[in-house]
Amino acid sequence: MSKKIANICMMLILPLLFLITWSHLAKSVNNTVILPSPAMVLQLLSHPLDNLISMGSLANNIFISLLRVLAGYLLAVLLAIPLGILMGYYAKMFQLFNAFVGLFRPIPPLAWVPLVLAWFGISSFATLAGVERGTLYIYLNNLKFSMVFIIFIGAFYPVLTSAIYGVKTVKKTLIDSARVLGASGSDVFFKILIPAAKPSIVNGMRIGLGVAWMCLVSAEMLPGSLSGVGYMITHAYTIARTDVVIAGMISIAVVGALMDMLFKVFEERKFKWQRLMR
Amino acid sequence: MPEPIITINQLNKIYHTEQGNEIKAIENFNFDINVNNFVCIVGPSGCGKSTLLRIIAGLDSASSGFVSYQGQAICKPSRDIGMVFQEYSLLPWQTVINNVALGLEFAKQSKQKRMEVAVSYLKMVGLEDYARAYPFELSGGMQQRVAIARALANNPQVLLMDEPFGALDAHTRILMQKELLTIWGENMKTIVFVTHSVDEAIYLADTVIVMSSRPGGVKEVINVNMSRPRDRANPIYGQLSSQILLMLEEEVAKAK
Repeated sequence: MSKKIANICMMLILPLLFLITWSHLAKSVNNTVILPSPAMVLQLLSHPLDNLISMGSLANNIFISLLRVLAGYLLAVLLAIPLGILMGYYAKMFQLFNAFVGLFRPIPPLAWVPLVLAWFGISSFATLAGVERGTLYIYLNNLKFSMVFIIFIGAFYPVLTSAIYGVKTVKKTLIDSARVLGASGSDVFFKILIPAAKPSIVNGMRIGLGVAWMCLVSAEMLPGSLSGVGYMITHAYTIARTDVVIAGMISIAVVGALMDMLFKVFEERKFKWQRLMR
Repeated sequence: MPEPIITINQLNKIYHTEQGNEIKAIENFNFDINVNNFVCIVGPSGCGKSTLLRIIAGLDSASSGFVSYQGQAICKPSRDIGMVFQEYSLLPWQTVINNVALGLEFAKQSKQKRMEVAVSYLKMVGLEDYARAYPFELSGGMQQRVAIARALANNPQVLLMDEPFGALDAHTRILMQKELLTIWGENMKTIVFVTHSVDEAIYLADTVIVMSSRPGGVKEVINVNMSRPRDRANPIYGQLSSQILLMLEEEVAKAK
Protein backbone atom coordinates (compact mmCIF):
# COMPACT_ATOMS: atom_id res chain seq x y z
CA MET A 1 0.00 0.00 0.00
CA SER A 2 2.71 2.49 0.98
CA LYS A 3 4.56 1.46 -2.16
CA LYS A 4 1.51 2.42 -4.23
CA ILE A 5 1.37 5.84 -2.58
CA ALA A 6 5.08 6.30 -3.22
CA ASN A 7 4.51 5.43 -6.89
CA ILE A 8 1.72 7.97 -7.21
CA CYS A 9 3.87 10.63 -5.55
CA MET A 10 6.67 9.84 -8.00
CA MET A 11 4.29 10.28 -10.92
CA LEU A 12 3.05 13.62 -9.60
CA ILE A 13 6.42 15.28 -8.98
CA LEU A 14 7.10 16.49 -12.52
CA PRO A 15 3.53 17.64 -13.34
CA LEU A 16 3.47 19.64 -10.10
CA LEU A 17 6.85 21.24 -10.83
CA PHE A 18 5.60 22.03 -14.30
CA LEU A 19 2.46 23.73 -12.96
CA ILE A 20 4.41 25.75 -10.42
CA THR A 21 6.92 26.92 -13.03
CA TRP A 22 4.09 27.74 -15.42
CA SER A 23 2.19 29.89 -12.91
CA HIS A 24 5.40 31.67 -11.84
CA LEU A 25 6.32 32.41 -15.43
CA ALA A 26 2.79 33.60 -16.18
CA LYS A 27 2.96 35.95 -13.22
CA SER A 28 6.34 37.42 -14.24
CA VAL A 29 5.40 37.73 -17.95
CA ASN A 30 2.11 39.31 -16.95
CA ASN A 31 0.66 39.15 -20.46
CA THR A 32 -2.22 36.71 -21.03
CA VAL A 33 -1.65 36.65 -24.79
CA ILE A 34 1.87 35.32 -24.41
CA LEU A 35 1.22 33.09 -21.42
CA PRO A 36 -2.07 32.89 -19.54
CA SER A 37 -2.00 31.51 -16.01
CA PRO A 38 -2.94 27.91 -15.24
CA ALA A 39 -5.92 29.24 -13.29
CA MET A 40 -7.34 30.92 -16.39
CA VAL A 41 -7.05 27.75 -18.42
CA LEU A 42 -8.49 25.68 -15.60
CA GLN A 43 -11.42 28.07 -15.45
CA LEU A 44 -12.17 27.27 -19.12
CA LEU A 45 -11.67 23.53 -18.68
CA SER A 46 -13.90 23.35 -15.64
CA HIS A 47 -16.83 24.86 -17.57
CA PRO A 48 -16.79 22.75 -20.72
CA LEU A 49 -20.42 23.55 -21.54
CA ASP A 50 -20.04 27.36 -21.66
CA ASN A 51 -20.03 29.15 -24.97
CA LEU A 52 -16.45 30.07 -25.93
CA ILE A 53 -15.39 32.80 -28.37
CA SER A 54 -18.86 32.49 -30.00
CA MET A 55 -18.01 29.02 -31.30
CA GLY A 56 -20.15 26.90 -29.05
CA SER A 57 -18.93 24.99 -26.03
CA LEU A 58 -15.65 23.13 -25.64
CA ALA A 59 -17.51 19.86 -25.11
CA ASN A 60 -19.53 20.28 -28.28
CA ASN A 61 -16.41 21.02 -30.32
CA ILE A 62 -14.65 17.97 -28.91
CA PHE A 63 -17.67 15.87 -29.81
CA ILE A 64 -17.63 17.11 -33.42
CA SER A 65 -13.88 16.43 -33.63
CA LEU A 66 -14.41 12.93 -32.28
CA LEU A 67 -17.04 12.24 -34.94
CA ARG A 68 -14.61 13.29 -37.66
CA VAL A 69 -11.78 11.22 -36.32
CA LEU A 70 -13.99 8.17 -35.92
CA ALA A 71 -15.30 8.51 -39.49
CA GLY A 72 -11.81 8.69 -41.00
CA TYR A 73 -10.47 6.07 -38.62
CA LEU A 74 -13.23 3.55 -39.30
CA LEU A 75 -12.69 3.87 -43.03
CA ALA A 76 -8.96 3.31 -42.54
CA VAL A 77 -9.50 0.27 -40.32
CA LEU A 78 -12.09 -1.26 -42.64
CA LEU A 79 -9.73 -0.99 -45.57
CA ALA A 80 -6.34 -1.57 -43.94
CA ILE A 81 -7.13 -4.73 -41.93
CA PRO A 82 -8.44 -6.91 -44.79
CA LEU A 83 -5.74 -5.60 -47.12
CA GLY A 84 -3.03 -6.16 -44.52
CA ILE A 85 -4.20 -9.70 -43.81
CA LEU A 86 -4.25 -10.57 -47.50
CA MET A 87 -0.83 -9.00 -48.03
CA GLY A 88 0.57 -10.85 -45.05
CA TYR A 89 -0.83 -14.21 -46.12
CA TYR A 90 -0.46 -14.25 -49.89
CA ALA A 91 3.03 -13.46 -51.18
CA LYS A 92 1.51 -12.49 -54.53
CA MET A 93 -0.76 -9.90 -52.93
CA PHE A 94 2.23 -8.52 -51.05
CA GLN A 95 4.24 -8.19 -54.25
CA LEU A 96 1.30 -6.58 -56.01
CA PHE A 97 0.52 -3.96 -53.37
CA ASN A 98 3.63 -3.35 -51.31
CA ALA A 99 5.60 -1.09 -53.67
CA PHE A 100 2.50 0.88 -54.65
CA VAL A 101 1.21 1.40 -51.13
CA GLY A 102 4.74 2.12 -49.93
CA LEU A 103 5.03 5.02 -52.40
CA PHE A 104 2.38 6.97 -50.54
CA ARG A 105 3.57 6.12 -47.06
CA PRO A 106 6.21 8.89 -46.70
CA ILE A 107 3.80 11.63 -47.79
CA PRO A 108 2.67 13.52 -44.68
CA PRO A 109 -1.12 13.71 -44.41
CA LEU A 110 -0.91 17.51 -44.51
CA ALA A 111 0.70 17.44 -47.97
CA TRP A 112 -2.54 16.02 -49.34
CA VAL A 113 -4.46 19.17 -48.44
CA PRO A 114 -4.34 21.04 -51.80
CA LEU A 115 -5.23 17.93 -53.76
CA VAL A 116 -7.98 16.94 -51.39
CA LEU A 117 -9.49 20.41 -51.53
CA ALA A 118 -9.42 20.35 -55.31
CA TRP A 119 -11.22 17.01 -55.27
CA PHE A 120 -13.76 17.46 -52.55
CA GLY A 121 -13.95 21.20 -51.87
CA ILE A 122 -16.27 21.67 -48.96
CA SER A 123 -18.62 18.82 -49.79
CA SER A 124 -19.52 16.65 -46.85
CA PHE A 125 -21.43 13.54 -45.86
CA ALA A 126 -24.52 15.78 -45.85
CA THR A 127 -24.02 16.32 -49.59
CA LEU A 128 -23.70 12.57 -50.04
CA ALA A 129 -26.80 11.78 -48.00
CA GLY A 130 -28.79 14.63 -49.55
CA VAL A 131 -29.74 16.04 -46.14
CA GLU A 132 -30.17 19.81 -46.27
CA ARG A 133 -31.55 20.84 -42.90
CA GLY A 134 -32.13 19.72 -39.32
CA THR A 135 -29.78 18.51 -36.58
CA LEU A 136 -28.60 15.63 -38.71
CA TYR A 137 -27.52 18.15 -41.34
CA ILE A 138 -25.41 20.01 -38.80
CA TYR A 139 -23.52 16.88 -37.85
CA LEU A 140 -23.20 15.41 -41.31
CA ASN A 141 -22.12 18.74 -42.77
CA ASN A 142 -19.32 18.82 -40.25
CA LEU A 143 -17.95 15.59 -41.69
CA LYS A 144 -16.22 17.14 -44.68
CA PHE A 145 -14.76 14.59 -47.10
CA SER A 146 -11.48 16.46 -47.15
CA MET A 147 -11.04 16.18 -43.38
CA VAL A 148 -12.10 12.56 -43.25
CA PHE A 149 -9.60 11.82 -46.00
CA ILE A 150 -6.69 13.46 -44.15
CA ILE A 151 -7.51 11.50 -41.01
CA PHE A 152 -7.96 8.34 -43.05
CA ILE A 153 -4.45 8.72 -44.52
CA GLY A 154 -2.97 9.20 -41.07
CA ALA A 155 -4.60 6.11 -39.59
CA PHE A 156 -4.25 3.83 -42.60
CA TYR A 157 -0.54 3.04 -42.54
CA PRO A 158 -0.02 1.99 -38.92
CA VAL A 159 -3.02 -0.33 -39.16
CA LEU A 160 -1.90 -1.78 -42.46
CA THR A 161 1.70 -2.35 -41.39
CA SER A 162 0.78 -4.11 -38.17
CA ALA A 163 -1.81 -6.28 -39.89
CA ILE A 164 0.81 -7.43 -42.40
CA TYR A 165 3.35 -7.98 -39.65
CA GLY A 166 0.84 -9.79 -37.44
CA VAL A 167 -0.05 -12.30 -40.13
CA LYS A 168 3.52 -12.76 -41.34
CA THR A 169 4.91 -13.56 -37.92
CA VAL A 170 2.41 -16.26 -36.99
CA LYS A 171 4.49 -19.27 -35.90
CA LYS A 172 4.68 -21.80 -38.69
CA THR A 173 4.36 -24.65 -36.22
CA LEU A 174 0.87 -23.45 -35.31
CA ILE A 175 -0.22 -23.66 -38.94
CA ASP A 176 1.54 -26.99 -39.51
CA SER A 177 0.04 -28.58 -36.43
CA ALA A 178 -3.43 -27.40 -37.43
CA ARG A 179 -3.01 -28.85 -40.91
CA VAL A 180 -1.89 -32.18 -39.49
CA LEU A 181 -5.01 -32.17 -37.31
CA GLY A 182 -7.11 -31.90 -40.44
CA ALA A 183 -7.68 -28.14 -40.76
CA SER A 184 -9.05 -26.94 -44.09
CA GLY A 185 -7.73 -23.78 -45.73
CA SER A 186 -10.47 -21.68 -44.20
CA ASP A 187 -9.89 -23.30 -40.79
CA VAL A 188 -6.25 -22.26 -40.94
CA PHE A 189 -7.25 -18.76 -41.95
CA PHE A 190 -10.03 -18.11 -39.47
CA LYS A 191 -9.08 -20.29 -36.52
CA ILE A 192 -5.29 -19.95 -36.52
CA LEU A 193 -4.05 -17.04 -38.57
CA ILE A 194 -6.55 -14.35 -37.59
CA PRO A 195 -6.60 -15.08 -33.83
CA ALA A 196 -2.80 -15.33 -33.76
CA ALA A 197 -2.44 -12.02 -35.59
CA LYS A 198 -5.12 -10.26 -33.54
CA PRO A 199 -2.87 -8.76 -30.84
CA SER A 200 -0.66 -7.16 -33.47
CA ILE A 201 -3.68 -5.92 -35.43
CA VAL A 202 -5.27 -4.39 -32.34
CA ASN A 203 -1.96 -2.78 -31.43
CA GLY A 204 -1.86 -1.23 -34.89
CA MET A 205 -5.42 0.00 -34.40
CA ARG A 206 -4.34 1.67 -31.19
CA ILE A 207 -1.41 3.44 -32.87
CA GLY A 208 -3.63 4.33 -35.83
CA LEU A 209 -6.20 5.96 -33.58
CA GLY A 210 -3.46 8.01 -31.95
CA VAL A 211 -2.17 9.19 -35.32
CA ALA A 212 -5.72 9.90 -36.54
CA TRP A 213 -6.35 12.05 -33.51
CA MET A 214 -3.08 13.91 -34.10
CA CYS A 215 -4.10 14.61 -37.71
CA LEU A 216 -7.19 16.32 -36.40
CA VAL A 217 -5.80 19.82 -36.00
CA SER A 218 -4.42 19.89 -39.52
CA ALA A 219 -7.68 18.49 -40.89
CA GLU A 220 -9.71 21.10 -39.05
CA MET A 221 -7.58 23.93 -40.42
CA LEU A 222 -9.00 23.14 -43.85
CA PRO A 223 -11.44 25.63 -45.40
CA GLY A 224 -15.08 24.91 -44.73
CA SER A 225 -14.36 24.05 -41.13
CA LEU A 226 -16.26 26.14 -38.62
CA SER A 227 -16.04 23.89 -35.61
CA GLY A 228 -13.97 21.28 -33.83
CA VAL A 229 -11.16 21.59 -31.31
CA GLY A 230 -8.54 22.08 -34.01
CA TYR A 231 -10.49 24.91 -35.57
CA MET A 232 -11.17 26.37 -32.15
CA ILE A 233 -7.42 26.48 -31.47
CA THR A 234 -6.58 28.24 -34.74
CA HIS A 235 -9.51 30.63 -34.39
CA ALA A 236 -8.59 31.46 -30.79
CA TYR A 237 -5.06 32.18 -31.99
CA THR A 238 -6.31 34.77 -34.53
CA ILE A 239 -8.24 36.61 -31.83
CA ALA A 240 -5.36 36.36 -29.35
CA ARG A 241 -7.12 34.09 -26.85
CA THR A 242 -4.11 32.03 -25.80
CA ASP A 243 -6.00 30.60 -22.82
CA VAL A 244 -8.47 28.98 -25.23
CA VAL A 245 -5.57 27.67 -27.32
CA ILE A 246 -4.09 25.96 -24.29
CA ALA A 247 -7.44 24.67 -23.08
CA GLY A 248 -7.98 23.17 -26.55
CA MET A 249 -4.54 21.55 -26.51
CA ILE A 250 -5.17 20.04 -23.10
CA SER A 251 -8.54 18.66 -24.24
CA ILE A 252 -6.86 17.01 -27.22
CA ALA A 253 -4.27 15.46 -24.94
CA VAL A 254 -6.83 14.18 -22.44
CA VAL A 255 -9.18 12.70 -25.04
CA GLY A 256 -6.25 11.09 -26.87
CA ALA A 257 -4.89 9.59 -23.67
CA LEU A 258 -8.34 8.29 -22.68
CA MET A 259 -8.82 6.56 -26.03
CA ASP A 260 -5.38 5.01 -25.76
CA MET A 261 -6.15 3.81 -22.26
CA LEU A 262 -9.37 2.13 -23.40
CA PHE A 263 -7.39 0.20 -25.99
CA LYS A 264 -4.75 -0.75 -23.44
CA VAL A 265 -7.35 -2.12 -21.03
CA PHE A 266 -8.92 -4.11 -23.86
CA GLU A 267 -5.54 -5.50 -24.94
CA GLU A 268 -4.60 -6.44 -21.40
CA ARG A 269 -7.87 -8.33 -20.93
CA LYS A 270 -8.05 -10.06 -24.26
CA PHE A 271 -4.44 -10.81 -25.01
CA LYS A 272 -3.03 -11.72 -21.66
CA TRP A 273 -1.79 -14.93 -23.29
CA GLN A 274 0.56 -13.00 -25.50
CA ARG A 275 2.37 -11.25 -22.67
CA LEU A 276 2.59 -14.37 -20.54
CA MET A 277 3.65 -16.67 -23.35
CA ARG A 278 7.18 -15.35 -23.38
CA MET B 1 4.67 -61.63 -41.86
CA PRO B 2 3.70 -58.25 -40.35
CA GLU B 3 2.11 -55.85 -42.81
CA PRO B 4 3.61 -52.42 -43.40
CA ILE B 5 1.41 -49.43 -42.62
CA ILE B 6 3.85 -46.92 -44.09
CA THR B 7 6.07 -47.67 -47.04
CA ILE B 8 8.97 -45.44 -48.00
CA ASN B 9 10.43 -46.34 -51.34
CA GLN B 10 13.47 -44.68 -52.96
CA LEU B 11 12.61 -41.37 -51.39
CA ASN B 12 14.62 -38.34 -52.47
CA LYS B 13 14.24 -34.79 -51.27
CA ILE B 14 16.12 -31.90 -52.84
CA TYR B 15 15.93 -28.33 -51.60
CA HIS B 16 16.74 -25.30 -53.70
CA THR B 17 18.51 -22.52 -51.87
CA GLU B 18 17.93 -18.87 -52.69
CA GLN B 19 21.22 -18.79 -54.60
CA GLY B 20 19.86 -21.53 -56.80
CA ASN B 21 22.01 -24.31 -55.36
CA GLU B 22 20.63 -27.77 -54.88
CA ILE B 23 20.84 -29.40 -51.49
CA LYS B 24 20.14 -33.09 -51.24
CA ALA B 25 18.41 -33.56 -47.91
CA ILE B 26 17.37 -37.18 -48.32
CA GLU B 27 18.72 -39.68 -50.80
CA ASN B 28 17.38 -43.10 -51.64
CA PHE B 29 15.60 -43.74 -48.37
CA ASN B 30 13.88 -47.11 -48.16
CA PHE B 31 11.99 -48.45 -45.21
CA ASP B 32 8.73 -50.14 -44.30
CA ILE B 33 7.10 -49.32 -40.99
CA ASN B 34 4.95 -52.11 -39.62
CA VAL B 35 1.62 -51.76 -37.84
CA ASN B 36 1.92 -51.05 -34.12
CA ASN B 37 5.67 -50.72 -34.29
CA PHE B 38 7.53 -48.16 -32.27
CA VAL B 39 10.23 -46.85 -34.60
CA CYS B 40 12.88 -44.38 -33.51
CA ILE B 41 14.99 -42.46 -35.96
CA VAL B 42 18.39 -41.18 -34.85
CA GLY B 43 20.99 -39.44 -36.94
CA PRO B 44 23.51 -36.61 -36.96
CA SER B 45 21.94 -33.14 -36.97
CA GLY B 46 20.93 -31.90 -40.36
CA CYS B 47 20.56 -35.41 -41.79
CA GLY B 48 16.97 -34.86 -42.83
CA LYS B 49 15.17 -36.59 -39.93
CA SER B 50 12.64 -33.83 -39.55
CA THR B 51 12.21 -33.51 -43.30
CA LEU B 52 11.46 -37.21 -43.51
CA LEU B 53 8.81 -36.86 -40.82
CA ARG B 54 7.26 -33.85 -42.53
CA ILE B 55 7.02 -35.79 -45.77
CA ILE B 56 5.30 -38.70 -44.03
CA ALA B 57 2.94 -36.17 -42.43
CA GLY B 58 2.11 -34.72 -45.82
CA LEU B 59 3.44 -31.28 -44.91
CA ASP B 60 6.28 -31.45 -47.44
CA SER B 61 6.37 -33.28 -50.74
CA ALA B 62 8.98 -35.74 -51.96
CA SER B 63 11.18 -34.71 -54.88
CA SER B 64 11.05 -38.24 -56.17
CA GLY B 65 10.24 -41.67 -54.83
CA PHE B 66 7.21 -42.84 -53.01
CA VAL B 67 5.74 -42.60 -49.53
CA SER B 68 2.46 -44.36 -48.90
CA TYR B 69 0.06 -44.99 -46.07
CA GLN B 70 -1.78 -48.32 -46.37
CA GLY B 71 -0.91 -48.40 -50.03
CA GLN B 72 -2.17 -44.86 -50.73
CA ALA B 73 0.35 -42.21 -51.72
CA ILE B 74 0.65 -39.43 -49.13
CA CYS B 75 0.34 -36.02 -50.71
CA LYS B 76 -1.41 -33.96 -48.04
CA PRO B 77 -1.98 -34.16 -44.28
CA SER B 78 -4.61 -36.66 -43.20
CA ARG B 79 -6.37 -37.39 -39.95
CA ASP B 80 -4.90 -40.89 -39.93
CA ILE B 81 -1.41 -39.54 -39.39
CA GLY B 82 -0.92 -37.30 -36.36
CA MET B 83 2.15 -35.34 -35.41
CA VAL B 84 3.70 -33.87 -32.28
CA PHE B 85 6.27 -31.12 -32.80
CA GLN B 86 9.35 -30.23 -30.81
CA GLU B 87 8.33 -26.62 -30.35
CA TYR B 88 5.24 -25.97 -28.36
CA SER B 89 2.47 -25.93 -30.87
CA LEU B 90 -0.61 -25.34 -28.71
CA LEU B 91 -2.81 -22.37 -29.54
CA PRO B 92 -1.91 -19.92 -26.76
CA TRP B 93 -5.31 -18.16 -26.86
CA GLN B 94 -7.28 -21.36 -26.32
CA THR B 95 -7.77 -23.32 -23.12
CA VAL B 96 -6.11 -26.69 -22.74
CA ILE B 97 -9.35 -28.57 -23.38
CA ASN B 98 -10.14 -26.56 -26.52
CA ASN B 99 -6.64 -27.28 -27.74
CA VAL B 100 -7.14 -31.01 -27.27
CA ALA B 101 -10.50 -30.78 -29.06
CA LEU B 102 -9.05 -28.86 -32.00
CA GLY B 103 -8.88 -31.76 -34.45
CA LEU B 104 -12.46 -32.71 -33.63
CA GLU B 105 -13.51 -29.11 -34.19
CA PHE B 106 -11.95 -29.24 -37.65
CA ALA B 107 -13.86 -32.48 -38.21
CA LYS B 108 -17.07 -30.60 -37.32
CA GLN B 109 -18.03 -32.82 -34.41
CA SER B 110 -20.66 -31.59 -31.96
CA LYS B 111 -19.43 -29.59 -29.00
CA GLN B 112 -20.61 -32.21 -26.53
CA LYS B 113 -18.76 -34.97 -28.33
CA ARG B 114 -15.63 -32.83 -28.61
CA MET B 115 -15.57 -32.14 -24.91
CA GLU B 116 -16.20 -35.78 -24.00
CA VAL B 117 -13.34 -37.02 -26.14
CA ALA B 118 -11.02 -34.21 -25.06
CA VAL B 119 -11.63 -34.94 -21.37
CA SER B 120 -10.92 -38.62 -21.83
CA TYR B 121 -7.58 -37.91 -23.51
CA LEU B 122 -6.69 -35.28 -20.93
CA LYS B 123 -7.30 -37.95 -18.29
CA MET B 124 -5.01 -40.27 -20.20
CA VAL B 125 -2.14 -37.79 -19.89
CA GLY B 126 -3.14 -36.96 -16.31
CA LEU B 127 -4.07 -33.33 -16.91
CA GLU B 128 -7.85 -33.32 -16.47
CA ASP B 129 -7.50 -30.78 -13.66
CA TYR B 130 -5.96 -28.31 -16.08
CA ALA B 131 -8.75 -28.42 -18.68
CA ARG B 132 -9.65 -24.75 -18.21
CA ALA B 133 -6.06 -23.50 -17.92
CA TYR B 134 -4.19 -21.79 -20.72
CA PRO B 135 -1.00 -23.26 -22.22
CA PHE B 136 1.20 -20.50 -20.75
CA GLU B 137 0.13 -21.59 -17.28
CA LEU B 138 1.62 -25.05 -17.88
CA SER B 139 5.22 -26.27 -17.67
CA GLY B 140 7.01 -27.46 -20.80
CA GLY B 141 6.42 -31.12 -20.00
CA MET B 142 2.73 -30.52 -19.37
CA GLN B 143 2.38 -28.63 -22.64
CA GLN B 144 3.88 -31.55 -24.55
CA ARG B 145 1.50 -33.92 -22.79
CA VAL B 146 -1.37 -31.74 -23.99
CA ALA B 147 0.10 -31.80 -27.50
CA ILE B 148 0.21 -35.62 -27.36
CA ALA B 149 -3.39 -35.73 -26.10
CA ARG B 150 -4.40 -33.40 -28.91
CA ALA B 151 -2.79 -35.61 -31.54
CA LEU B 152 -4.33 -38.77 -30.05
CA ALA B 153 -7.81 -37.23 -29.77
CA ASN B 154 -8.01 -37.38 -33.56
CA ASN B 155 -7.54 -41.14 -33.25
CA PRO B 156 -4.75 -41.37 -35.83
CA GLN B 157 -3.34 -44.75 -36.84
CA VAL B 158 0.19 -43.39 -36.99
CA LEU B 159 1.73 -40.89 -34.59
CA LEU B 160 4.78 -38.97 -35.77
CA MET B 161 6.87 -37.34 -33.07
CA ASP B 162 9.60 -34.84 -33.95
CA GLU B 163 11.92 -34.62 -30.95
CA PRO B 164 8.93 -34.03 -28.70
CA PHE B 165 10.96 -34.14 -25.50
CA GLY B 166 13.98 -32.27 -26.85
CA ALA B 167 13.28 -29.10 -24.90
CA LEU B 168 12.59 -30.80 -21.57
CA ASP B 169 14.96 -31.25 -18.66
CA ALA B 170 16.49 -34.69 -18.18
CA HIS B 171 14.24 -35.78 -15.32
CA THR B 172 10.98 -34.71 -16.97
CA ARG B 173 12.18 -36.35 -20.13
CA ILE B 174 12.54 -39.76 -18.50
CA LEU B 175 9.09 -39.43 -16.92
CA MET B 176 7.60 -38.52 -20.27
CA GLN B 177 9.25 -41.50 -21.96
CA LYS B 178 7.65 -43.83 -19.42
CA GLU B 179 4.31 -42.17 -19.85
CA LEU B 180 4.49 -42.38 -23.62
CA LEU B 181 5.13 -46.12 -23.42
CA THR B 182 2.12 -46.52 -21.13
CA ILE B 183 -0.08 -44.59 -23.57
CA TRP B 184 1.27 -46.60 -26.46
CA GLY B 185 0.51 -49.81 -24.55
CA GLU B 186 -3.06 -48.69 -23.87
CA ASN B 187 -4.01 -47.86 -27.41
CA MET B 188 -1.67 -49.48 -29.83
CA LYS B 189 -0.67 -47.08 -32.56
CA THR B 190 2.27 -47.02 -34.84
CA ILE B 191 4.77 -44.45 -33.61
CA VAL B 192 7.61 -42.89 -35.56
CA PHE B 193 9.80 -40.97 -33.17
CA VAL B 194 12.70 -38.74 -34.16
CA THR B 195 15.28 -38.05 -31.48
CA HIS B 196 18.80 -36.80 -30.89
CA SER B 197 19.21 -39.02 -27.91
CA VAL B 198 20.50 -42.56 -28.43
CA ASP B 199 19.42 -43.43 -24.90
CA GLU B 200 15.88 -42.30 -25.62
CA ALA B 201 15.78 -44.33 -28.83
CA ILE B 202 16.89 -47.55 -27.11
CA TYR B 203 14.55 -47.00 -24.19
CA LEU B 204 11.51 -46.53 -26.43
CA ALA B 205 11.91 -48.28 -29.75
CA ASP B 206 11.16 -51.69 -31.19
CA THR B 207 13.28 -50.65 -34.12
CA VAL B 208 15.95 -47.97 -34.31
CA ILE B 209 16.83 -46.50 -37.70
CA VAL B 210 20.26 -44.91 -37.79
CA MET B 211 20.42 -42.34 -40.56
CA SER B 212 23.54 -41.40 -42.49
CA SER B 213 24.61 -37.77 -42.63
CA ARG B 214 23.38 -35.53 -45.42
CA PRO B 215 22.07 -36.62 -47.80
CA GLY B 216 20.18 -38.75 -45.29
CA GLY B 217 19.55 -42.40 -45.97
CA VAL B 218 19.19 -45.57 -43.91
CA LYS B 219 22.60 -46.48 -42.53
CA GLU B 220 21.52 -49.26 -40.23
CA VAL B 221 18.36 -50.79 -38.81
CA ILE B 222 18.61 -52.15 -35.31
CA ASN B 223 15.97 -54.22 -33.58
CA VAL B 224 15.88 -53.76 -29.84
CA ASN B 225 15.01 -57.13 -28.40
CA MET B 226 14.55 -56.23 -24.78
CA SER B 227 11.36 -56.54 -22.76
CA ARG B 228 9.77 -53.39 -21.38
CA PRO B 229 10.14 -51.60 -19.05
CA ARG B 230 13.76 -51.53 -20.09
CA ASP B 231 16.50 -51.39 -17.57
CA ARG B 232 19.19 -48.88 -18.41
CA ALA B 233 21.63 -51.02 -16.33
CA ASN B 234 21.11 -54.01 -18.63
CA PRO B 235 24.42 -54.79 -20.45
CA ILE B 236 22.58 -55.14 -23.78
CA TYR B 237 21.36 -51.60 -23.30
CA GLY B 238 24.90 -50.33 -22.95
CA GLN B 239 26.15 -52.41 -25.85
CA LEU B 240 23.47 -51.10 -28.19
CA SER B 241 24.09 -47.61 -27.00
CA SER B 242 27.81 -47.65 -27.71
CA GLN B 243 27.21 -49.44 -31.03
CA ILE B 244 24.84 -46.70 -32.23
CA LEU B 245 27.01 -43.91 -30.88
CA LEU B 246 29.93 -45.32 -32.82
CA MET B 247 27.90 -45.29 -36.03
CA LEU B 248 26.86 -41.70 -35.44
CA GLU B 249 30.47 -40.72 -34.82
CA GLU B 250 31.43 -42.25 -38.17
CA GLU B 251 28.71 -40.26 -39.88
CA VAL B 252 29.68 -37.01 -38.24
CA ALA B 253 33.33 -37.62 -39.22
CA LYS B 254 32.23 -38.34 -42.80
CA ALA B 255 30.28 -35.12 -42.99
CA LYS B 256 33.34 -33.05 -42.10
